[in-house]
Amino acid sequence: MAIEELSGGEMVLRSLKDEGVDYIFGYPGGAALHIYDAIYQQDAVQHILVRHEQAAVHAADGYARVSGRIGVALATSGPGATNTITGIATAYMDSIPILVITGQVPLELIGEDAFQETDMVGVSRPIVKHSYLVRNAQDIPAIIQKAVYIATTGRPGPVVVDIPKSVTDPNLKFVYERMAKVALRSYNPVLTGHTGQVKKAFNALLMAKRPIIYAGGGVIQGNASEVLTELAIELGVPVTNTLMGLGAFPGDHTQFLGMLGMHGTYEANMAMHHADYIFAIGARFDDRVTNDVKRFCPDAVIVHVDIDPASIAKIIDAHIPIVGQCRWVLEEMLRLYKASDLTLKPENLKRWWAQINGWRERDCLQFEQAEDQPIKPQCAVQTLYEVTKGEAIITSDVGQHQMFAALYYPYKYPRQWINSGGLGTMGFGLPAAMGALFAKPGTAVACVTGEGSIQMNIQELSTCLQYNLPVKIINLNNEYLGMVKQWQDMNYSSRYSSSTYQNSLPDFVKLAQAYGHVGIRVTTMAELRPALEECFAMKDRLVFVDIKVDKDEHVYPMQIKGGAMRDMWLTKTERS
Amino acid sequence: MRRILSVLMENEAGALSRVVGLFSQRGYNIDSLTVAPTEDQTLSRLTMTTFGDDRALEQIKKQLHKLIEVVKVVDLSEGAHIERELMLVKIRTDGSTREEVKRTTDIFRGQIVDVGANLYTVQLAGTSDKLDAFLTAIGPAAIAEVVRTGMSGIARGERILTI
Repeated sequence: MAIEELSGGEMVLRSLKDEGVDYIFGYPGGAALHIYDAIYQQDAVQHILVRHEQAAVHAADGYARVSGRIGVALATSGPGATNTITGIATAYMDSIPILVITGQVPLELIGEDAFQETDMVGVSRPIVKHSYLVRNAQDIPAIIQKAVYIATTGRPGPVVVDIPKSVTDPNLKFVYERMAKVALRSYNPVLTGHTGQVKKAFNALLMAKRPIIYAGGGVIQGNASEVLTELAIELGVPVTNTLMGLGAFPGDHTQFLGMLGMHGTYEANMAMHHADYIFAIGARFDDRVTNDVKRFCPDAVIVHVDIDPASIAKIIDAHIPIVGQCRWVLEEMLRLYKASDLTLKPENLKRWWAQINGWRERDCLQFEQAEDQPIKPQCAVQTLYEVTKGEAIITSDVGQHQMFAALYYPYKYPRQWINSGGLGTMGFGLPAAMGALFAKPGTAVACVTGEGSIQMNIQELSTCLQYNLPVKIINLNNEYLGMVKQWQDMNYSSRYSSSTYQNSLPDFVKLAQAYGHVGIRVTTMAELRPALEECFAMKDRLVFVDIKVDKDEHVYPMQIKGGAMRDMWLTKTERS
Repeated sequence: MRRILSVLMENEAGALSRVVGLFSQRGYNIDSLTVAPTEDQTLSRLTMTTFGDDRALEQIKKQLHKLIEVVKVVDLSEGAHIERELMLVKIRTDGSTREEVKRTTDIFRGQIVDVGANLYTVQLAGTSDKLDAFLTAIGPAAIAEVVRTGMSGIARGERILTI
């Protein structure tokens, strides 16, 4: 075979192709132009031109969350690079495998405050799994190979590769060589788990009277949903999911208690508090889950399974820590269960379920919707669920609408619910929906958003037109920054400091039309269902459904700060 | 409780900034830090002293380990070890105190490495406590300038930190 000589720019594209990358989401600029010229001269990897670099990273992130494969974003140096930061931090907090390639000023100008120079490796350092500054074109293949390997293995995360313009010079060509296998002496991700610890966890489970499985995003990331579901059903134990874990266990299953935590269901939080055995898997005892850690689940033996040893005993001490891949550990548990003739005592389980069903009777998600009253946001999400038969991929932004979308749309599958849980990034939903559509073309993808969040990346309506991306935007428009308002209602005597727009909201229907899309306004209950049906019937069009919802609705349940898991507001006036 | 962590890491540009950044990012404190390449030029060895209980230390070690360039992390204070710090100190001297400073330096087994009309420069190696004691013995009034390298440490006996 002839020896292949490529320029640095060509090596970037060739490396991405060899990694199986189909799409790059990006935005060009001076320091990245050699790479863009190389993009133009090949067709293995398609470039998607966004309208803001933040959206490029969110789109790559959405692509990764839906496909389970690495997402790739590309930006130029300076402002291009700094615009990616929010996207990188979003992926970092949720452990999403993405590769962010940024252009950099030529090597000889680094450190001179050159035009559009930013120390990208420095700026992004606290929010990446790893990063590289490329100094030689010959290093590009190995660095991209390593970057993809690091991003996608172990606890996944974003990796930044910063490439100075001089390194991608089209006139300097070098031999393109790939490593047969990536091996790093300082990075050896866990592949299995400790058999002895799993056995201990299993034996403790058999002793349990009130067990619960608390599963997080790690189960989805680790492709372990199927085995989690099988194990939970075999055992007959209740399951709760974190915000990031929704879809890891079927949301419509009778053993599912709903989401737990700050806005978790009454039954999920009560069951956690009263449990004597918690099997925490791929979850990290986030402060939005635990409430006051000192009062957290006082009676429980805690098993904590995580691929990242640093997650274990960070917040809550585990009685039985297991460092390992979620899927491996669950398969091992299932194997032990099938090989054993012991099982959970049926009378204990029966008593436990009776207690849980008592909590369920509280029906904490109920709301009253009169036909002639303003549309409740809960009702809008529930109708969305019915119209899409629970089969759509839902992305969301951040705020009340996000919690309504988490609570009132039971997710049946992993990778069906895409949201920024850790960082809580407004503006995530629309670009993530774009990425979702590239990962699964032809699927119904809806972005449940609010009039605040959607305006943070509204420019992507233009990208959606260019690539014909039929995102369904479900805008729960209450004319307030709803979650901010809720906190102001609850903690600041309803002093609405900067949470209203004072009649300055755009006409979203006309805005959608101006971008070449379809806009529908919904103001009454009578219009709601027909509008959503019409929206999803237009399979090839982006439809922006602007739904005017009740301005005074709060998200409940809501944990009471400083309390235990069981301490919640259930309505504006009732506490648990 | 004071702890001494020894870290072996890839001798690459930016590796040190990741370690230091980790400490400020997660609110851990660094009391002293020293770093240089080892006999294997591809590896650097970093010694740092920090404060924390067992739980905090465990978390620091795990977070250090997560850094891709970190190869090994050992808590030297867990076992018998030797710790040394080097100090250079300029001491103001006049006729009446010159002999006293020299004697104190001898007692602490330091060396006078530079002599000026009104200054001695003393080199002293030892544990941090010993260096502190020397400075106390000399007294703040006479001390013109102090530079310390920060703690370096190595385990006693057969224990070897290597990859």
